[in-house]
Amino acid sequence: MNAPVRQTPLHATHVAAGARMVDFAGWDMPVNYGSQIEEHHAVRRDAGMFDVSHMLSLDLDGADATPYLRGLLANDVAKLKEPGKALYSCMLNENGGVIDDLIVYHLSDTRYRIVVNAGTADKDVAWMRKRIASTGANVSLNARRDLAMIAIQGPNAREKTWQALPALRAASEPLKPFSGAAIGEIFVGRTGYTGEDGFEVALPADQAAAAWAALTAAGVAPCGLGARDTLRLEAGMNLYGQDMDDDVSPLNAGLSWTIDFKDESRNFVGKSALVANPAKRRVLGLILEDKGVLRAHMKVVTAAGEGETTSGSFSPTLEKSIAFARLPLAVEAGDTVEVEIRGKLLKARAVRLPFARNGKAVA
Amino acid sequence: MSNVPADLKYTTSHEWVRVEADGTLTIGVTDHAQEALGDVVFLELPEAGRQVAAKEACAVIESVKAASDIYAPVAGEVIASNQDAADAPESVNADAYSAWLFKLKPANVADVDALLDAAGYTAETAQ
Repeated sequence: MNAPVRQTPLHATHVAAGARMVDFAGWDMPVNYGSQIEEHHAVRRDAGMFDVSHMLSLDLDGADATPYLRGLLANDVAKLKEPGKALYSCMLNENGGVIDDLIVYHLSDTRYRIVVNAGTADKDVAWMRKRIASTGANVSLNARRDLAMIAIQGPNAREKTWQALPALRAASEPLKPFSGAAIGEIFVGRTGYTGEDGFEVALPADQAAAAWAALTAAGVAPCGLGARDTLRLEAGMNLYGQDMDDDVSPLNAGLSWTIDFKDESRNFVGKSALVANPAKRRVLGLILEDKGVLRAHMKVVTAAGEGETTSGSFSPTLEKSIAFARLPLAVEAGDTVEVEIRGKLLKARAVRLPFARNGKAVA
Repeated sequence: MSNVPADLKYTTSHEWVRVEADGTLTIGVTDHAQEALGDVVFLELPEAGRQVAAKEACAVIESVKAASDIYAPVAGEVIASNQDAADAPESVNADAYSAWLFKLKPANVADVDALLDAAGYTAETAQ
């Protein structure tokens, strides 16, 4: 467990900016540069950016790329018709547990770009290679540790990205949400993990510091992993390792919408386990009505039985504490439940996710 | 560098302690602590009349990141808690030394002598 802590190509930039650095999935990453709440608001109201170079881009090429991914992933890449269109999917093990959640961009029927989580990257690549060997698929998988990645997010994120990096404008301006385009060595996706508009830009590591400086000069606020967590929580987006993992079925983690059973002839890893084990839990948001802060792994008491929070924090947009909770199926949005905090039962309201999108509270 | 006023006493668990003229103690968390915690969003403070032992967890400070216990620096009776700070938890970030959290009547005021002074606390946080 004592592997040396890794650094992204922007590490020196963060340290010079006075960021508070923490170990995240084996990487020394900025958690905040000052006030985490101010960074959060910058993304909801204007534009902020995150160093997400610890995440891994993978290029999958070959004649069998599409059938390989249709067998590997629980969502169906066959629904990606236009070049550049992206899909969010879980990659499951044979028991139906989640190995990782990822984004796959369809560049052509024989070429895909995949972006996976930092903490799971080695496990993912090993699993994917094993699956290539066992299926004999004619594909090659190339891990792109030569790339850095910057996520620019917020209502003004696209405009400020074009100001800072004008060469990206022509190819990225026509991009619809949840699609991406290659511009030479750079790949721009109109995607993110905040519930706001914006881009995720993968670029050669040696260009990262200059891009970050240009974005800073254009008024994009550097933001740390702290704000990234409260933004994704408000946006109702799961965090791997916290809201689901190898031992949790996506059906019990609020991810049923990402499992595509439509093509009955399609067999994907974990499918039979999912069919044999229907959902036992549903995921709803909780808004704490009493004072306090919800955190992961708190007991939730409902009229239909007990549940548990999987993620929780203070929501800067709602100015209340919020959480995701795995609850009995009979609990409905609008129900009042109780959460045990330090031995006391406090009132919370169950709501549909997300809590916030595009700058506004919606829950 | 964080601010460590010379006229206060400190604990290794990052509370500051001011000995008032009447022998009561005013207690808060240090500048170093608020910086490490990040944005403070909730305080759970002890009620007046509660008897606390030295190093007993008697309050909770929650930042966006995490919850942390606050410990009684010495044994005594809680005589007040700061409702203004509880109503505006961000005041701890703005000035950790004016946003006091609770006041204690120590069982034995000499217990305070065993706490760290500013130089001792600075050395402690430099480690």
